[in-house]
Amino acid sequence: MVKKIAKSIREYKKPALLTPFFMVFEVIMEMLIPLLIAKLVDYGIDAGNMNEIIQYGVLLVAASCVSMLFGVLGGRSAAVASAGFARNLRHDLYYRIQNFSFTNIDKFSSSGLVTRLTTDVTNVQNAFQMLIRMAVRSPMTLLFSVIMALTINVSVSLIFLAAMPLLAIALFLMMKTTFPLFNKVFRTYDSLNQVVQENLRGHRVVKAFVREDHETKKFTTISEDIYRLFTKAEKILALNNPLMQGVMYAVTLIVAWVCAALIVQSGNVPELGMTTGQLMGLISYGTQSLASLMMLSMIFVMLTMSQASMQRVAEVLDEESLIVSPENAVKEVPDGSIDFHGVGFSYAGDASRLCLSDVDVSIRAGETIGVIGGTGSGKSTLVQLIPRLYDATVGSVRVGGHDVREYDLGALRDKVAMVLQKNTLFSGTIKENLRWGNPDATDEEMERACRLACADPFIRQFPDGYDTVIEQGGSNVSGGQKQRLCIARALLKDPKILILDDSTSAVDTATDAEIRRAFAEDIPHVTKLIIAQRISSIQNADRILVLDGGRVVDFGTHDELMERSVIYREVYTSQTKGGEE
Amino acid sequence: MAGPMPGRGMRGMGLTKESFAHFDKNTFKRLMGYIFHYKWRFLLVFLCIVVSALVNVQASLFIGRLIDDYIGPLLLMQTPDYTSLLLFILKMAGIYLIGIAAGYCNSLLMVSISQSVLKKIRDDMFRHMQTLPVKYFDTHSYGDVMSRYTNDTDTLRQMVSQLIPQVFSSLITIVSIFIAMCQLSLWLTLFVVVCVVAMTFVSTKLAQKSGGYFAANQSSLGRLNGYIEEHINGQKVVKVFCHEEICKEEFDQRNDELCRNATEANKISNVLGPMMNNMNHLQYVLIAILGGALAISGVGGLTVGSVASFLQLSRNFSMPINQISQQINMFIMALAGAERVFRLLDEKPETDEGYVTLVNVREENGALVETQEATGLFAWKHPHRETGTVELVPVRGEIVLHDVDFGYVPEKLVLHDISLTAQPGQKIAFVGATGAGKTTITNLINRFYDIADGKIRYDGININKIKKADLRRSLGMVLQEVNLFTGSVMDNIRYGKPGATDEECVAAAKLAGADDFISRLPQGYETELTNNGANLSVGQRQLISIARAAVADPPAMILDEATSSIDTRTETIVQRGMDALMHGRTVFVIAHRLSTVRNADVIIVLDHGRIIERGSHRELIEARGKYYQLYTGAFELD
Repeated sequence: MVKKIAKSIREYKKPALLTPFFMVFEVIMEMLIPLLIAKLVDYGIDAGNMNEIIQYGVLLVAASCVSMLFGVLGGRSAAVASAGFARNLRHDLYYRIQNFSFTNIDKFSSSGLVTRLTTDVTNVQNAFQMLIRMAVRSPMTLLFSVIMALTINVSVSLIFLAAMPLLAIALFLMMKTTFPLFNKVFRTYDSLNQVVQENLRGHRVVKAFVREDHETKKFTTISEDIYRLFTKAEKILALNNPLMQGVMYAVTLIVAWVCAALIVQSGNVPELGMTTGQLMGLISYGTQSLASLMMLSMIFVMLTMSQASMQRVAEVLDEESLIVSPENAVKEVPDGSIDFHGVGFSYAGDASRLCLSDVDVSIRAGETIGVIGGTGSGKSTLVQLIPRLYDATVGSVRVGGHDVREYDLGALRDKVAMVLQKNTLFSGTIKENLRWGNPDATDEEMERACRLACADPFIRQFPDGYDTVIEQGGSNVSGGQKQRLCIARALLKDPKILILDDSTSAVDTATDAEIRRAFAEDIPHVTKLIIAQRISSIQNADRILVLDGGRVVDFGTHDELMERSVIYREVYTSQTKGGEE
Repeated sequence: MAGPMPGRGMRGMGLTKESFAHFDKNTFKRLMGYIFHYKWRFLLVFLCIVVSALVNVQASLFIGRLIDDYIGPLLLMQTPDYTSLLLFILKMAGIYLIGIAAGYCNSLLMVSISQSVLKKIRDDMFRHMQTLPVKYFDTHSYGDVMSRYTNDTDTLRQMVSQLIPQVFSSLITIVSIFIAMCQLSLWLTLFVVVCVVAMTFVSTKLAQKSGGYFAANQSSLGRLNGYIEEHINGQKVVKVFCHEEICKEEFDQRNDELCRNATEANKISNVLGPMMNNMNHLQYVLIAILGGALAISGVGGLTVGSVASFLQLSRNFSMPINQISQQINMFIMALAGAERVFRLLDEKPETDEGYVTLVNVREENGALVETQEATGLFAWKHPHRETGTVELVPVRGEIVLHDVDFGYVPEKLVLHDISLTAQPGQKIAFVGATGAGKTTITNLINRFYDIADGKIRYDGININKIKKADLRRSLGMVLQEVNLFTGSVMDNIRYGKPGATDEECVAAAKLAGADDFISRLPQGYETELTNNGANLSVGQRQLISIARAAVADPPAMILDEATSSIDTRTETIVQRGMDALMHGRTVFVIAHRLSTVRNADVIIVLDHGRIIERGSHRELIEARGKYYQLYTGAFELD
């Protein structure tokens, strides 16, 4: 997992490696400083020797300048490395997602992918920066301060060394108890957010049924849980400071006591043993080593917390796209004929649990085919196999005489235009949205497509016409207008096959009929597949495909079906006959 | 998303003029009001902080005093007597213990205060949100409201539980150390002050330089995330249009821009730490030299020990000053979050001057008597202010609109002169294009919005006089878009009537025609629904929402037919459920299907907020007007 993600460091390997390198120098200098201070006190201040003071002072200034230099260098390279790493990681994720097939997207869900690209990458980035800056620095500080303390006085340093495992164990225990608690808190937060979200979305329901009190109670119950869990976890965490202080104070006092005796023995003469300067040095190294231990534990917590994010990011990077263009792919779609040969499909890819089976249908180029059937009958699934949005689990789908798996994906999808049931317009002008169909489309071409889709009249009514800005998700146009824009966008591809997956449901019947008439007159050579619930949308099609439970139960003209298909007749009568009559 | 939000960037910055400009006194006061709610506990926290700070000063002085007062004299003794040293160390141990206890006490209290404050704010926010009018929800994006519960409360949490106590303790530490330093040496103190001013100056310069980068970083992050959100959600469309390459290019553009800005912004915040740190070292060296010189020359009565103490003190002095300057910016950002939270709390709630209530009644000797038990018989309890009498009006379900005008904004009316009468048990269908005002009319009947002019009467009572909750209880609603809640199917049906028994819920489900499929669910009525019933089909969700309205058994209903297509068989079942639900009630239907329209008692054809035709199906067809054209598909209302 780490390896997979680390691949995204690439050109930032240099700053990423330089950072800990700079940090090592910064630490060494920082470690020298207390030693120099000890000398300055002993030989300078205590001895009353101004020359020594200045000599060590100059050394100290030099040391801290060098330390600053490396600190600044390290900070800068860490910034370059972590921002660059995040950039590459996002880039890799996004590019990987672009290759995903529908099955891959379904697996992660759109919102799952968004979280991975945003929050998770940020978490990984923060952990990475922490790692290159601190993960080397803290153990180094720990190591050097222990070494320095040992060089001053071995036996006194042992006091620190003894305290360290005690502190480490205490920190470990604390983390172990709070970690699951915090996890629980965050999960509870999720359910709190869920209540808010459902409340926001369903605010009309809440008000219509006068259930405000019920909602409030639901919220406060969870809110109370968060309060309880959070307080509990933080109370344990509150032990952290007293623990740290306690150990530090205790060590300081013991060291002071021991050192005082040693200093008195040596008469505070550096040559004879312990001095006051050394005492100060010891205490500052001791404090530093304990503090870096604490820092280490924090790094550990950070890394553990980012692990879940790393996992999620790695999952996307690991995911192999299931649908790719073959080698020596066919680049040209000869015509708009479609053949299904013994096609079966399962979203799980499991041939024993097909949701579409035994489809054998041949459609000639230029035909208009209506598709009708209940929810879950497999209509959308069937048509999504044509532009190879999914691959048939068994059997084969042929377009223009070639198996769809032989085509270059781009070439195939360019000639098979599909208007999805759940469609999206993107923020930008109407023109920009239309150009998705053809980046080089002229104004005339766009207007023509919009006229065909009956979108031109309403676009002209907008003050800015074709330059009207569509807001995110197309929220400033009505459902029917959105559907017509989506159809126009698909038409601009100049496709050989046009698939409308329930794409006129929000368009009124008259306009719907208008669109169909335009299709028949202006693009007669295009094969058209129209999925609809409204029987009027398809009853004039050349042939109608009736699906039920994932099987083709009938295929024929309206008149034929009225005669022989029970299901079709049932649908027809229920829609054309009013309730009582 | 729960959990701590990743760093917002400004962390680690010095204070700038702009940051003070953004400081909102009122928001701060209001927030402190929440904290002062726990004033005794907070006072105790304050005491603890003072004690801790004093102990800190003692700790800083410890080494100096050890050297000067104990090791020094011991060195001069022939036979060293360690008793006084031992006593000193024991005394210090005692002081330290007090300090630790105070610190721990402080943390514990702060945990309980901050969590209580946050809970209170959270609960207040939600409770208040429940009282807001529908207009608020229609004019604010859900994401925006959501972020007040997530991001904003999170920054608030950091502020209340960390920033405020830290700033307090920093301030107290600064003051007490300053006093201690002054006592040791005025000259050295003066020097330290000069140093600190210089350091603050440098950090302010850096902060000013970085401000632009941080703003750029935030906005390019927002741009990139917005792009990701929109295009990943539309990824299937991207695939269908083979737009991958263009998307990659657009993405890279934004990604690279973010990378550039993030690098610059991070550079500065990463560099600030080591710079401050080493400037502290420099200050340390300078004090050592100056102090040493003073001690040797004997000016100002400085001793070696006091120089050592002073060095320690000076370090503990500049640390909290650096901290405060860093925290101020975070503080101001958190205040911005608090302000957004308070803005929600300040939104005007729905007003309700209604005094007519809905009560259960039973008949006694031909007269209505109010009762507590559920009789299934309702009446409006109408207290007449002038006469002081209370009238019980039986609920029949007659609704009359008289010359109603309405606009979502006062300048722009969307409904003009709407008058109509719904007799008890009648079915009124609204027909018209998107934006003709069908939904708007129903929004007025249940007072989601209030009319601008005209009158609406329910059983002869002006609906403004009826308590909103009771008015809505008397009007069932099935909305176009089904919203289910996390919980069991039973819970969701019971949503329509809080005290409903399981039997009532099942009966309602049977009426709606939902019982059949519910019984076939793995856990039947106890099946858990999540994510707005994502595990059910559209039709099934609609059936549940019909059952939910049926269990409430209201005298009148508003039905907004779903436009989303469901298959004909399910639709037949849904239609049957709707018909069963409508039976014997006054119903307003926003119709999308001819079958519903045809059997309505009155069809109202709307166009641009005006009623252009009305009558029964037969009358309207005979009139050969717009309805006829619409019905025969010859005319588009849009």
